[in-house]
Amino acid sequence: MKRLFALLALVGAVGFGAPAWAEEKAATPEAAVAQVATAAPAAVEAAAPAAAPALVPNKGDTAWVLVCAALVILMSIPGLALFYGGLVRTKNMLSVLMQVFVIFSLITVLWVVYGYSAAFTEGNAFFGTLDKLFLKGITPESVGATFSKGVVIPELAFVVFQGAFAAITCGLIVGAFAERAKFAAILVFMVIWFTLSYIPMAHMVWYWAGPDAYIDAAAGEAAGATAGFLFQKGALDFAGGTVVHINAAIAGLVGAYMIGKRTGLGNVSMAPHSLTFTMIGASLLWFGWFGFNAGSALEASGGAALAMVNTWVATACAALSWMFAEWILKGKPSMLGAASGAVAGLVAITPAAGFVGVMGGIIIGLLAGIVCLWGVNGLKKMLGADDSLDVFGIHGIGGILGAILTGVFVDPALGGTGVYDYVANKVGDFDMATQVIAQFWGVGTVVVWSGVVSIVAFKLVDIVIGLRVPEEEEREGLDLTSHGESAYHH
Amino acid sequence: MKFVTAIIKPFKLDEVREALSAIGVQGITVTEVKGFGRQKGHTELYRGAEYVVDFLPKVKIEAAVRADQIDQIIEAIEKSASTGKIGDGKVFVFDLEQVVRIRTGETGTDAL
Repeated sequence: MKRLFALLALVGAVGFGAPAWAEEKAATPEAAVAQVATAAPAAVEAAAPAAAPALVPNKGDTAWVLVCAALVILMSIPGLALFYGGLVRTKNMLSVLMQVFVIFSLITVLWVVYGYSAAFTEGNAFFGTLDKLFLKGITPESVGATFSKGVVIPELAFVVFQGAFAAITCGLIVGAFAERAKFAAILVFMVIWFTLSYIPMAHMVWYWAGPDAYIDAAAGEAAGATAGFLFQKGALDFAGGTVVHINAAIAGLVGAYMIGKRTGLGNVSMAPHSLTFTMIGASLLWFGWFGFNAGSALEASGGAALAMVNTWVATACAALSWMFAEWILKGKPSMLGAASGAVAGLVAITPAAGFVGVMGGIIIGLLAGIVCLWGVNGLKKMLGADDSLDVFGIHGIGGILGAILTGVFVDPALGGTGVYDYVANKVGDFDMATQVIAQFWGVGTVVVWSGVVSIVAFKLVDIVIGLRVPEEEEREGLDLTSHGESAYHH
Repeated sequence: MKFVTAIIKPFKLDEVREALSAIGVQGITVTEVKGFGRQKGHTELYRGAEYVVDFLPKVKIEAAVRADQIDQIIEAIEKSASTGKIGDGKVFVFDLEQVVRIRTGETGTDAL
């Protein structure tokens, strides 16, 4: 335990140190602005002209984002926990439930302590600052920007909505090395990875000054320069295909390689112990995902409705395409196949939900089911890692597919919304090649960034705590050996 | 006295119980069991990973009966548990030395 605390202290130092260092660099040219920003409730408001009247959130928007935050929390617990739990063997059921449940709690605390501040304040292109440590200065009156000029929501609603995203992202990773990892090792890894991969990715993709800063071309350019790295590159990610899914999948894949295969893989049966739970979990994920995607519009608007319809239809398409492909190739349409297809569809439509038309959503869904079926079969064999619950095959492959196809189907000529130009106040001219290149920037950045952070973090945890449980404990099952209880008594 | 053990397909349990009641069998004990015989196991496929399931679920029925009932009982089980397909199960018959009804202390055929 001493070693564990020592490592936690180290992680704390690294975690708090990195953004602070980023802050120093970024603060020099804008020292005066930063001081104003600390005094004002929200950085976004500080950038707006002082003469403008204070914006009041719309009650409908506020209600919508709050409900969506709760829906995203439902996705983690119990949705993801049950989806994963059903896929492991009886003796490891509780270990998976525990991992998801506790990671959710851990990341929630880190989010309000420093995560929100480091991800969603103006710093440099990769990290924010620690100005809002412990949500300092955020009151019920503080407001945050949406995607429409003059429309705001309470900043606290944005804090909880985004916090739920951070928590589920970290929870997703554990599926890749289920049934063999040390509980303490997982927790320490999550602290490091959340700090050095989730936070910067969220900042890179989602941080911007808000639409109200784009008054004219010059102001727009100045505001654009303060946005996150990938936001500036023009990469579109509506609800977190890169930040959430590819990010988590790469961490999972690295973990599966570094922790090693489960003992007895290929010799003993590792069949899922309850596909009933998996079906319930997948359905809760689907339900909660309406909050995840449609809530990402941040307004109770037509855009949110478009995201919801896409989340509904693309998912159904993917469930069907996976099932039919499996029926043709393997002989039987399986429940696990339909549930896996649905999750693949949800992942793939995530970056596209509010950008593509329904036809685009249908195509993305149909492709996701088939490509991800390959992800958990052909590709999995090529990779050779024991990604227990196919986090990479579904979230990684589905995420990459969705991210790239977002750049294709956002095209207004293909029924998409196009990309809004906040300076001209209309949908801008669209060039598919430019957009797809921007999407590749997003995918490439997250693959490299999360990959490097994960390798370093797993190595560090391996040295200090050790990544996996002893073989004997693995054979007996993690429920009893790690947690001292059993999921079932019969 | 005889002791009969029959291994049957689980979904045939109700038919077998009815057939035995009809010919005057007073009580049976039922256990859910797993095993393999000539039917062997089957394979299950989960996202492309194939698992061979060696043991199939069956139901074991046990009954203590009078020796003169035994042919009728075997015939009743045979008829009611049969599907004609592999895996229908088997009937085993043993000699039974003693039976005691715990409540009254009766022994032998009186305790059946």
